[in-house]
Amino acid sequence: MNNIITVDNLNFKYGRNEVLKNISFEVEEGDYVGIVGPNGSGKTTLIKILLGLINSYEGQIHQNIADRNSIGYVPQKGVTNDRLFPATVKEIVITGLLSKKRGTKFYSKEDYNRVDTILNKLKIGDLKDKKIGNLSGGQQQRVLLARAMVSSPSILILDEPTSALDPEIREEFYKLLKELNKENVTIILVSHDILSIEKYISKILYLDKKLVFYGSYEDFRHSKEMVKYFGFIIKD
Amino acid sequence: MENVISLILEALQSDFILRAILVGSLIAISCSFLGIFLVLKKYSMIGDGLAHVSFATIAIALLLNKSPLVVSIPLVILSSFLILKLNEKAGLHGDAAIALISSFAVAVGVLITSVAKGFNIDLFSYLFGSILVISKLDVLLSIILSTVVIFITLFFYNNLFAITYDEEFATVIGLNPKSMNYLITILTSITVVLGIRVVGTMLISSMIIFPTVTALQISKGFKDTILIASLISVASVIIGTLLSYILNFPTGAVIVIINAICFVILFSINKFN
Repeated sequence: MNNIITVDNLNFKYGRNEVLKNISFEVEEGDYVGIVGPNGSGKTTLIKILLGLINSYEGQIHQNIADRNSIGYVPQKGVTNDRLFPATVKEIVITGLLSKKRGTKFYSKEDYNRVDTILNKLKIGDLKDKKIGNLSGGQQQRVLLARAMVSSPSILILDEPTSALDPEIREEFYKLLKELNKENVTIILVSHDILSIEKYISKILYLDKKLVFYGSYEDFRHSKEMVKYFGFIIKD
Repeated sequence: MENVISLILEALQSDFILRAILVGSLIAISCSFLGIFLVLKKYSMIGDGLAHVSFATIAIALLLNKSPLVVSIPLVILSSFLILKLNEKAGLHGDAAIALISSFAVAVGVLITSVAKGFNIDLFSYLFGSILVISKLDVLLSIILSTVVIFITLFFYNNLFAITYDEEFATVIGLNPKSMNYLITILTSITVVLGIRVVGTMLISSMIIFPTVTALQISKGFKDTILIASLISVASVIIGTLLSYILNFPTGAVIVIINAICFVILFSINKFN
């Protein structure tokens, strides 16, 4: 397997507050990495650095990808709860193709076809002309996933995408991500809930400002870090 | 009724009414194209703030005996940059920066008018708009600049939409929200200055906000909103201009009141549905 992301000795401070300390890890092509840790452990900061939203860090990050189109991003929740926000599902999803455009940023017929394909794949094809504000939380997250996937990225980064969803819908969403992962999409998923993602992920990155653990979930379950942080070992 | 029709026909034969309808309609479309981005990005008050700034720049132009449009456009654009810079560098919230710059500009305008007496009547026509004084140069400048505003907005429409919906995602896919915000404020500055001839500095921001907020009550998509806002706005300009001629009321005020009536109707329809 090829390394698709290599992070070497990453440090980041907000003012004097150290948010990330000496973080080093590698993500291989096809991995499904769950980033977990307590509140304020630097999970969101880490993915914002990986996404290029924060540039004032120390250390090295190497991403073995063709260009920006190779990274898809799904934020925590829909951007607006405003029911009146005048955007249809189709209008939102197609913005995921803007990064592929050079020069004039107009959409082609192929772009709209691509949107139809991805919406059907994520089973929300019938929602394409609906207003985003009229959809449920689960449907809105699928729309944001479709926006991230429409450019066929090789890496998908998600920041607690299910935090506002009911357990059943959350489970469905994770299954959907697993299907994408089987199609060789590398997934990096931030979550505050290890138990809900453990059966889907291939690796776990436990963060508490420093890297506490990085490896398979199986190893993590029996590790001393697990005992230290949770006071117990998860039984089979 | 016949009397009203003959008055409308009479109005449509007057050059100044046709000029007002042409300039007003172009400004109405420009305002609707920009309004959606300003309203949804919660920058609505920037139009109001820049209109206040234009009060000072018009006073400066009248003092120097220069064309108010030519003097105001660069100065208002400069002020809009100052508002954005104050937001970025000084950590002021958006509306605080707008309030600082606009109140300072009004103070400068008042000082100039009190020192240089003699052009208060001219200034009054810019405060509340006066279609009688729209010159051929104003018409020409309005056509050119409104076309530029509409064309640029259409050209960058997809970027502007992406940034308005989700600035963080737009940054991830390589767009530059900061430069788009500057673009929007430049275009708003131009539109505000063009609009003061028709509705005046006190009322121009309503042409940016009212049609968009009204359209939002019934629209489903982004493009629909722009289209509906443009139709409402142009209709308000045409009806408002003709009504003001028939009733001998100030044109700007009538246009804004028609916009307000449209808002109340569509807001009620939306609420009761």
